[in-house]
Amino acid sequence: MVQLSINGKKVTAEEGEALLKVARREGFVIPTLCYHELLGSSGRCRLCVVEVNDAGKKRVVASCLYPAKENIEVFTDSDEVRLVRRTVLELLLARNPSAELIQHLAKQHGVTEVRYTPDQDKGKCILCNLCVRCCKDIVGVSALGMSGKGPMKKVGPPFDEPSETCIGCGACVVICPTGHIAMEEEKGVRTVWQKKFELAACPKCKRYHLPLFQLEWISKTRNIPVEELMVCEDCR
Amino acid sequence: MEINKEKLDEIILKYGRDKAHLLAIFQDVQKEYRYLPKEAVRHICMRLGMPQVDGFEVATFYKSFSLKPRGKHTVHVCLGTACHLKGGADVLLSFMRELKVKTGETTADGAFTLESVNCLGACALAPLVRVDEKDFGKTTVAQSRNIIRDFTDHH
Repeated sequence: MVQLSINGKKVTAEEGEALLKVARREGFVIPTLCYHELLGSSGRCRLCVVEVNDAGKKRVVASCLYPAKENIEVFTDSDEVRLVRRTVLELLLARNPSAELIQHLAKQHGVTEVRYTPDQDKGKCILCNLCVRCCKDIVGVSALGMSGKGPMKKVGPPFDEPSETCIGCGACVVICPTGHIAMEEEKGVRTVWQKKFELAACPKCKRYHLPLFQLEWISKTRNIPVEELMVCEDCR
Repeated sequence: MEINKEKLDEIILKYGRDKAHLLAIFQDVQKEYRYLPKEAVRHICMRLGMPQVDGFEVATFYKSFSLKPRGKHTVHVCLGTACHLKGGADVLLSFMRELKVKTGETTADGAFTLESVNCLGACALAPLVRVDEKDFGKTTVAQSRNIIRDFTDHH
């Protein structure tokens, strides 16, 4: 265990624990977009910046990656931090002018004007990689990834075609912080990433719930009979 | 696109069916087809036991790989600083007119792919055009037609 201070408050933490985790546990508010409890840190969105004073050496760092150390002083809302955070939000707003959450955060942090030409082709995607990691590490089907690089970099299924491995679970839609990924359901058919999935109707309440393909996949990988899974969660 | 899976497997086995050699495998396959057919990328990923999307990420990350069919010959028009000052942009426009394609595209007959490049390191020859391995220095707009003809008559 190490002793450090956050905004003047003395706190203890595991050595090496991410500052973001420590600060949130102690009740300090730090905004993030790309951090997720289940997937941990990736340091992509840069919104979680804090100022660290390590024996007189001051730096603005990404708190989701910076390890807790003995005797450091952390500031979550100093002038430096606010400046960097505003710049990050201004850049994000230029990239994703239509993303409501980014508009909201920008407003909250006093970003009133954007000095850059807004992108029109990026949708609400900030390239945080959460959907890609979720699909690979939580769902386990790796149907999503990044393609291209630089300004052309984008997220999607392989070859920008309906993926063979996508099970239509919609976890990517849920985990996306900005609401970039579209999923539609109409007449018992779910569409996500251009792939269409026939939805299973619960034999008890007749309600459409999950894609058949997903149920078959769960049945195969978890060894549960499909008939059992056909019954929706409410009727089970 | 019909791909020869035996040939692909031969290349994959040459590199010990090892994921670490994905780039080398892609390079060899691209040499074979002049581009990376997506069926080939799919097959390679399957053989290497990796998700298709990982192969797609690699194939789209490097500029030297193309997922679209490429011409028999590639015309690189240099637009580096020296070539730019010497009229490289006009030379590029003349190739676009002659080949009836935009930069990065391939002619309908599959003979030529037109590319611009940021510097080929032969600034004394500006404006420079490189077709496959052959350099054409101090190119003029009027020469573009002849250069294309050189590569159309004999392959």
